Amino acid sequence: MLQRRLVALAVLLIGAGIGWYVYSSQMSGSRPFKLGLDLSGGTQLVYRAKLDAIRSTDVADSMVSLRDTIERRVNLFGVSEPIVQTQRGGTLAGQTEERLIVELPGVTDAQKAIKLIGQTPVLEFRLLKGDVPPADISESVVNQYFEPAAITGKDVQSAQLEFNQALGGIPNEPVVLLTFDSEGTRIFGDLTRGNVGRYFGMFLDGVPISIPVINEPIHDGKAVISGNFTPEEAKELARNLNYGALPVPIELISTQTVSGTLGAEAVEAGVAAGLWGVALVALFMFLWYRLPGVVAVLALLLYVLVVLALFQLIPVTLTAAGIAAFILSVGMAVDANVLIFERMKEELRGGKSTGDAIRDGFARAWPSIRDSNISSMITAVILFWFGTSLIKGFALVFGLGVLVSMLTAITVSRTFLLALGIDAKVGITRFLFGSGLFARSSLSAEASAQAGKLEARS
Amino acid sequence: MFIIRNRNAFFAITGIALLAALGSIFAFGLHLGPDFTGGTLVEIRYDGARLAPGAVEQRLTDAGFSGFSLRESGEDGYTLRAAAISDQQRESLSAIFSHTGGTAYVDQLSEVGPTIGKELRNKALIALALVLLCILLFIAFAFRKVSQPVSSWRYGLIALLTLGFDVMVPVGFFAFLGHLTGVQVDALFATAVLTILGYSVHDTIVVFDRTRENLRLNEERNRKEDFAATAGRSLEQTFVRSMNTSMTTIVVLVALFALGPAATKYFALTLLVGIVAGTYSSIFLATPLLVAVEKWRGRR
Repeated sequence: MLQRRLVALAVLLIGAGIGWYVYSSQMSGSRPFKLGLDLSGGTQLVYRAKLDAIRSTDVADSMVSLRDTIERRVNLFGVSEPIVQTQRGGTLAGQTEERLIVELPGVTDAQKAIKLIGQTPVLEFRLLKGDVPPADISESVVNQYFEPAAITGKDVQSAQLEFNQALGGIPNEPVVLLTFDSEGTRIFGDLTRGNVGRYFGMFLDGVPISIPVINEPIHDGKAVISGNFTPEEAKELARNLNYGALPVPIELISTQTVSGTLGAEAVEAGVAAGLWGVALVALFMFLWYRLPGVVAVLALLLYVLVVLALFQLIPVTLTAAGIAAFILSVGMAVDANVLIFERMKEELRGGKSTGDAIRDGFARAWPSIRDSNISSMITAVILFWFGTSLIKGFALVFGLGVLVSMLTAITVSRTFLLALGIDAKVGITRFLFGSGLFARSSLSAEASAQAGKLEARS
Repeated sequence: MFIIRNRNAFFAITGIALLAALGSIFAFGLHLGPDFTGGTLVEIRYDGARLAPGAVEQRLTDAGFSGFSLRESGEDGYTLRAAAISDQQRESLSAIFSHTGGTAYVDQLSEVGPTIGKELRNKALIALALVLLCILLFIAFAFRKVSQPVSSWRYGLIALLTLGFDVMVPVGFFAFLGHLTGVQVDALFATAVLTILGYSVHDTIVVFDRTRENLRLNEERNRKEDFAATAGRSLEQTFVRSMNTSMTTIVVLVALFALGPAATKYFALTLLVGIVAGTYSSIFLATPLLVAVEKWRGRR
């Protein structure tokens, strides 16, 4: 008995410790809750990468470079903790496409965010298929006349403004000198060696800027873009290219913006709903199940603390849907306790001693608890797979909640109930182990008589 | 058992609820939102007075918006639904809504491209099919042992039927809600439906499990009992449990609906209706239906 009580005490202390940890890491900011854009306010942009000018072997590389470039760009504008990631999607819509997802916390002006990203130049290199470049190269015919070249915008190391000194060009024309990185230098060397005499197109934001002929292999990793720039234009282009040029053009396919006000309101409302939810469930459990109800409430509180700590530790990005899932899970977390207590009462009515009734009640309720959690887990897993980030937030919290609640309901309630070590059949404890909103004891005379008979028989 | 004795009354209630749900779906229809079709959803809020709807509509038309729908939202806002919008339209949104009496700002803007919408729609359908399949497997697993006098597949079939009811009611309710408030079917609605499916199936299984346990005990103890009586007794034994677990879930959902974030209000309401329907069906529909089927077979 002493041992059980020590374990129960230890569980209480651990619970208090977790509570303190959650509170202090939120307050000190060392590991605060991670809020999704719909709670913190911000913008999410989803782009589709147009990969027409990229050879399929270069797709993966280009997407990485695309991500890095946009990330640099976004950091440059002082957005804190941006998330830039690539994703393959669209398979279920009939066409696979490479996507770029940009999340900008705190940026609540969608148009500004779009502009910010849109200023990134797209630099592409293509080889002319035929012998003579056509007079009109509009965007729609680019693919018809040009083929992807092995080198892409990601191979550019730096760009700088120069004034043309070379023979043949306009003297002192402002041009942009590109310097490829070491790998780019090698690729460019191979490319120029293998394609002497062909036209090499340099495209900026889809527009052909200059289409020189490759006269000889270039091994020093330098190329010149000349496009009738004014000095200012050339300077700006060089600057933008230095921040990074996109290897492929991108097209905006989805925008989500939530204002900071709305996000803050959602957090406030979520916390209020959560507190009220826990309080109401606790009140209900306490009124209906009395002493075991108190135990269930302790288990519920421990559940809440453990899940909150997990949110911080994993960390789980909380969204409005995630908060909803958490609140829903609070209501469902006591389900296991209800199952156990109802079974326990039946065992008590059947004439078992309190300790046996607790143990058997747990054992008998277990299959039901397990099954109930299986069906909810199935939903959570499928939702996680199905979900956009919004739904994933719901599914993750829901699944986590179902798992943790199963553990806390079984272990914690059991520990506490056994540690109480009281006989449910005498005096006040008979009332405490009873149930219902009124002072009627569920251990009715009839049930006791039945219990007596059963005992006599065995 | 009261519920078993009066099962015809409960069948009538079920029928009325089902008819109302179906009627609502047919009358009002389910309107897919931009999540699934692609399009734009804008929430506007004013600090100050809101510009009259007519004036806003005129300004939107002038700015080149067409085929849009404008609804007042809350005390001081608007919800605008439109097809894809241009950069220029996006930039001028707050200017369009603002007037001398109040500055408007964009509280929420959601633009979904048609590919993403189509993808999400297909994903939702596949998820629904998957959940149904898994639930079927789950039911088959739960009722794998053959039992007398009602064979296993009948339990399974009735569990599925009640599941149909659990889904129809919130869907019908949502159609009605859409008619009232203009809310459209979005990803969260799909999530709510799937969550209801997962939650409700189990509730029914718990009651049926108890029926089969009692049937087995009767057989072991050589006790003769009418099937209706056994079913009624099982229902009685699980009644408090069913009510209480649903009650705690309902309580938190009411808190979420009444106090929670605006983004999940309709989500909470849909779940609430679904869980009430699920609890009702597992207590007042599933077992009475089982008894009715059994009686009907006996009479043949």
